[in-house]
Amino acid sequence: MSTTTAYLNARLVDPASGRDETGGLIVRDGRIAEIGPNVTANGAEVVDCGGHVLAPGLIDMHAFVGEPGMEHKETLASLGEAAAAGGITSVIVMPNTDPVLDEVALIQHLERRAENTSSVNIHPMAAITKGLKGETMTEMALLREAGAVAFTDGRKAVANPLVMSRVMRYASAFDLLLVQHPEDPILASDGCMTEGELAMRLGIPEIPVEAETILIERDLRLAAAANCRYHVSQISCAQAVEVVRAAKKWNSRISCGIAAHHFALNEQAVGQYRTFAKTSPPLRSEADRQAMVAAIADGTIDVIVSGHDPQDEESKRLPFEQAAFGTIGLETLLPLALELHHKGEVPLLKVLAALTVRPAQLLGLEAGRLEADRPADLVLFDLDRPDRIEKQKFRSKSKNSAFDGRPVQGRVLRTVVGGNVIFGGEDVE
Amino acid sequence: MTASNDSPSTAAAARPAGAPEPSFSHPHLLGIEGLTEWEITYLLNLADRYVELNRQGDKKHSLLRGRTQVNLFFETSTRTSTSFELAGKRLGADVINMAVSRSSISKGETLIDTAMTLNAMHPDVLVVRHPHSGAAELLSQKIGCAVINAGDGRHEHPTQALLDALTIRRRKGRIGGLTVAICGDILHSRVARSNILLLNAMGARVRVVAPPTLLPTAMERMGVEVFHDMRQGLKDCDIVMMLRLQQERMHGSFLPSTKEFFRYYGLDYDKLEVAKEDALIMHPGPMNRGVEIDTEVADDINRSAIREQVEMGVAVRMAVLEALTQRNGGPSQ
Repeated sequence: MSTTTAYLNARLVDPASGRDETGGLIVRDGRIAEIGPNVTANGAEVVDCGGHVLAPGLIDMHAFVGEPGMEHKETLASLGEAAAAGGITSVIVMPNTDPVLDEVALIQHLERRAENTSSVNIHPMAAITKGLKGETMTEMALLREAGAVAFTDGRKAVANPLVMSRVMRYASAFDLLLVQHPEDPILASDGCMTEGELAMRLGIPEIPVEAETILIERDLRLAAAANCRYHVSQISCAQAVEVVRAAKKWNSRISCGIAAHHFALNEQAVGQYRTFAKTSPPLRSEADRQAMVAAIADGTIDVIVSGHDPQDEESKRLPFEQAAFGTIGLETLLPLALELHHKGEVPLLKVLAALTVRPAQLLGLEAGRLEADRPADLVLFDLDRPDRIEKQKFRSKSKNSAFDGRPVQGRVLRTVVGGNVIFGGEDVE
Repeated sequence: MTASNDSPSTAAAARPAGAPEPSFSHPHLLGIEGLTEWEITYLLNLADRYVELNRQGDKKHSLLRGRTQVNLFFETSTRTSTSFELAGKRLGADVINMAVSRSSISKGETLIDTAMTLNAMHPDVLVVRHPHSGAAELLSQKIGCAVINAGDGRHEHPTQALLDALTIRRRKGRIGGLTVAICGDILHSRVARSNILLLNAMGARVRVVAPPTLLPTAMERMGVEVFHDMRQGLKDCDIVMMLRLQQERMHGSFLPSTKEFFRYYGLDYDKLEVAKEDALIMHPGPMNRGVEIDTEVADDINRSAIREQVEMGVAVRMAVLEALTQRNGGPSQ
């Protein structure tokens, strides 16, 4: 039994091919069958896209989930709903669960749970070290076979250089992608916001930018020596971007991600101890933020992620130093990324590339392109519609967004995974 | 530039005669940041009168009769909690001391839960000390009464800065134009932050003297001159304010030893020589004798104002209690 849907009158935007034109796209049996300016329905069910943007569904390379172990913060089901509402069709979840995703059986279990309960594609990253302790490497090749798309210790960096060096050399044999949280825990110490005037005035222990830069510098040298694939999960400061920019000139196996809050906010968002703006790495200075925008524009930064980190009220309604790090981000990723386009800072194709084809290439995913035979993972969105981020509308179980109340432009109209509409759909004008 | 008006008040019989009309419009005292020069002057004027009253035989007033003051201390403190207790009692308030142990704060939910519990008891003033910056601010958002910050993390300790200012003003007759050197562990000190803000607001020249490991990196942004050499920092200054070395907050290597610290940054007669002849020595206490200050200097009655600071503390806290409760509809008599 074959089902066919024709998405017509769409602005087809495909960063992989550079396509940006009005046309149509035929979905058959969960895959893209045809695409182009002259596509016709041929009896298929028609969806009139009203001239809005039809793009590959977003791939979010960095999200935390509470399942297993902290289901009150986020389940795979609620994560899926939030992602769908945000136009995200594939979410890469971090191994910082309880238990930690450091064994084959746990990866398999998570994938089964995700398949049964979540409407979007969920791919796990597995831990680099057992129990995220930074000491013993996991069975990385077996974990990859089980479905781990990359390796990371999540919100913890692998701090020991000898361990990291060995992991890198081992990983190079299997061409695995290593994803590092860029913060040296010794230099960051008990800090909770970026070093500078505001932290001093608030009396909050500081994290120097060097905690990030030095760890990245160290890793880039080790990665070059090991000839492994290395990815910085969330870069946040100007001097670290400089280091990555320079290294990219001679090493094509390194890449770099950024969370939306690091180009959309600066340290001032902390204001009078707003714990929702407590993130790791911390929000940086305005000069750093501007450097992030420039680095997205020139391609130094490859991918944009949500950095989605759900935390319940009890973990956030505390004095700043005691509050948990993290902001949610699945439902705000697209509109925040589109700010780069609306402000004229980064062209639309480039913004979307960082959300689709680039993460797909790094992770070896089939999705992320509008191309015949690819999975029909799609997002249809109104590029220009004014909107406001509102906490009460979030589908995520946790509401800790640093962006509540922010006016934005751009709204998801429909999200499609494997040809199935999982969000919106009824009233595409 | 003071807003004070010396007409006698009719609102409160117990308020010192000639006290200025209430003109402090903040609901809480969470820090010096945000206070204007005239608001600080107003509090100091009020406190000045309490100093005189406290030196008389009958120290008890009825301004806060029927009011409940809760002292909520998440950190151990002797002098500050005693000072607040005495201030409240002298104004006639019912004072309750609640000491919350460190072990129960680490359970996390205590602060908001405590606020909810306290709310149900309808206190009029909450005095709070907490080991984490911003805790007083957080409590003020959740509680329905005036909150006085008695020290939060390394953020602020406003009543300490006010009592220091009162001490200086009474000894020197003014604050504006004086050169004040704040020396020692600036990094971990809420007293330093509050004092810098207050002294700058009042027009003093502020210097800080410390090794770089005990200074925030953005120090100059607070409008101070930074010195790493104590003799240069003390040269020609009017006030030498020493800070306690907070070894309990030091994890990792900040200093090689207290011996070396004392040699280079401890206050002794030798270093004091370069300050003005009548330079006043202050310390918020408790002192580490032989670490940041030489015993003889600390006890020098001609130069040290350390004991006077304690006396001023009670008066300043009475003034703050009055300012905050007057604002909320006047005293119940």
